[in-house]
Amino acid sequence: MAVELYADFFREIYDSTGWNFPFLYEQYEYDRFLEGMWVSLKLIVASLAFSLVVGIIGAWAQGAESKFVRYLIAGYIQFFRNTPPFVQILFFYFVLGNLVPSYDAGGYQVGYIDSFGWAVISLGFFAGAFNTEIFRSGIEAVPESTVEAAEALGYTRFQSYLHVVFPLAFRVCLPALNNNLVNLLKTTTLAYGIAVPEMMYTANQMWSDNVNVPEMMIVLFIFYVGLVAILVYGMHKWEQNLKIPGYG
Amino acid sequence: MDKTEVMLNRAKSRAHGPMTDLPVLLPVAERVRRAALIERREGTYRLNMQPRHAVCVVALLAVAVGSAQAATTAGLIGPLEAMWKWMGFILVGPEGAFTGFSLNLIISFFAMVIGTIAGAALGLMQISLLLPVRRGSWIVTQFFRNSPWLVLLFTIMLLFPFEIDLGFVVIPVPDWMKAVIGFSLPIMANISEVVRGAVQSLPTGQWESAESLAFTRRQTMWMIILPQCIKRMIPPWINWYCILTMATPICSIMGVEESVSYTAQALNAEGDRPELIPVFYAFLLVIFFIYTYPIARWSIQLEKKFAFKT
Amino acid sequence: MNAIATNWTPDQPMVAIKDLHKSFGDLEVLKGVSMDIMKGECICIIGPSGSGKSTLIRCINALNNMQSGSIKVEGLEVNDPDLDKLELRKKVGMVFQQYNLFPHKTALENIMMAPIHVLKQDKKEVEERAYRLIKKVKLEGKEQSYPGELSGGQQQRVAIARSLAMNPDVMLFDEVTSALDPETVKEVLNTIQDLAEEGMTCILVTHEMGFAREIANHIYFTDRGVIVEHGPPATFFDDAKDPRTKEFLSQIL
Repeated sequence: MAVELYADFFREIYDSTGWNFPFLYEQYEYDRFLEGMWVSLKLIVASLAFSLVVGIIGAWAQGAESKFVRYLIAGYIQFFRNTPPFVQILFFYFVLGNLVPSYDAGGYQVGYIDSFGWAVISLGFFAGAFNTEIFRSGIEAVPESTVEAAEALGYTRFQSYLHVVFPLAFRVCLPALNNNLVNLLKTTTLAYGIAVPEMMYTANQMWSDNVNVPEMMIVLFIFYVGLVAILVYGMHKWEQNLKIPGYG
Repeated sequence: MDKTEVMLNRAKSRAHGPMTDLPVLLPVAERVRRAALIERREGTYRLNMQPRHAVCVVALLAVAVGSAQAATTAGLIGPLEAMWKWMGFILVGPEGAFTGFSLNLIISFFAMVIGTIAGAALGLMQISLLLPVRRGSWIVTQFFRNSPWLVLLFTIMLLFPFEIDLGFVVIPVPDWMKAVIGFSLPIMANISEVVRGAVQSLPTGQWESAESLAFTRRQTMWMIILPQCIKRMIPPWINWYCILTMATPICSIMGVEESVSYTAQALNAEGDRPELIPVFYAFLLVIFFIYTYPIARWSIQLEKKFAFKT
Repeated sequence: MNAIATNWTPDQPMVAIKDLHKSFGDLEVLKGVSMDIMKGECICIIGPSGSGKSTLIRCINALNNMQSGSIKVEGLEVNDPDLDKLELRKKVGMVFQQYNLFPHKTALENIMMAPIHVLKQDKKEVEERAYRLIKKVKLEGKEQSYPGELSGGQQQRVAIARSLAMNPDVMLFDEVTSALDPETVKEVLNTIQDLAEEGMTCILVTHEMGFAREIANHIYFTDRGVIVEHGPPATFFDDAKDPRTKEFLSQIL
């Protein structure tokens, strides 16, 4: 009942003012809109998670014995920092996409990793490059003496990592990690360039169908700026909670 | 020390950094904290290009060419030949029209100019004494800072009129000009933050001594504060220019005829041969690197020359 | 409370070191060190830097492993490959020169952490003990302060209290006052003196000669990995026999 009123309200608005928000009164458009939003959120969360994993592995590998491994990681970081993110995404999708095996989907070849997957991988490596440096600095900030003090108290190596090293490293990393996260969020929109069906793509389809570009633009802005605002605010609060007092 | 004192101390330490005489974390923790703050203020990470990156990028191109050469069957042109054939097209477009990579540079140049002027104005508005001006400029800055560049670009490309009718003359606004405007918006917001950050990083002593010498606020701004800030603003400003240049390929999505869309066309013309794709993309990376590297290095040099504690 | 039955009785040395050899790669740092420390004794190890003092006490705590020799703490053999390090660390407490405390926990939490996580003791009981220990090191009112808010001397005292929370039988002090401002050194030394007077077995590596003379039962001088000379403070400071000892003492006194 309420949904009906709500839908009618926006139909009214369209009729009277010409502001057309079809996804608010038409089921089909609504579903499409939700789908796009969902893919956007999935993309953000997936690339974020992947970038954290890459960062952890990279930070660990940077402490490796082998000089070759260390140079490899350093090279990877510098490559992803100093080249255009958009070209990175294209590179991954077109160049590496060709190398991945594909299966026959009824007459044409479909790669095992679709555009969404490549976007996640590319963005994950992009943000992961920064994360590697951040995590490395975080771990290096914990003095060896503190770890030894924990050991002298009877903590096992694992326990000292759990209770001392990781909490400290995390608190040191957090501000830089937040910067990276916000940057990643804004960069995920580039996935549009390889036809990932996220928010921008859906909005594009909608304004092609309904000729309501300004309205969809407003919605897009609200969505992205709103997400960033929520993220920045949440991160700020988290940082305040986890500050190491007396340390600024 | 009761609870109030503890709270006060904590607030103080938030402002001033470590309070103890015996540090509890290694110095790298302080460096990380400071770097994160600078990054937050300037709006992006600093590019840190080193000479060895040039080696990596060229090596990448060499590998791409090598593997393409191996995969080239008889009768088709090799990767080096293809690169040579299309190089002119990708760099300057057909018959020397200023499209292709040169359009990337043109867009980045004009977007930087517009963005800097607007951004400086916006930044100064953020430190105005009038509350509505301050608030309004803050909102504008935060809005354009936090919007994804692609969304802004889309908005301008689709909503900006394709020609401006001034009555006595009609100015056509081609795609690339819209792209310039689209890019200049986030640049404006970020430069605004750089300017505000630079002004606020000056010690308050400067303002106070100017006031005691009976300078007006305007005089203080233009004769004392801003000249000192220019030095602080230049390295992040150059950094933003490099970031902007590397972001210009985004407009290929909108059909602007710049290097990436031309690369796609070139690959198409060569029959979409899969072994040529890495060659051409590596070539793109190389030319972007060749352009941005000297600029980024110059910025590092300037920063060393101006070395000061931020 | 020892789960491991040892044959140790208080008439035997608490810490018995026999012919300890320790190398870092090719560099031999300890070249056959032996000493016996009885229960309740307070001994100081002095010597020039690089002589192996810190390495020596770190070996007692199994933070460094030894190439050959034997260290027995209350009968527990440290060089034993099957050693239960937890048992050893329950007996031996250690305070370092700096970066002792966990910066993300308050002073009280620092003291409470190990008994709760390692000894699995009851939280309430540990909390009461922690409050008593803070009082003992004269830091009432600073329970809720974080290490970054405490001065150097206060931090070291919390570190001492933290080690005491594990109820050790031996306390090791590795140059604990070397990184402090001179004003705060006194308060830390007073705390250690109180401990020694209560009967705790203490092994100190220190540069504070005045303090050593005052509270030590025995002083050991190490140089280049061997114990050159040792003796009670009276004979050691006034009547040193070895030329190296005399040279060192003349430089610092």
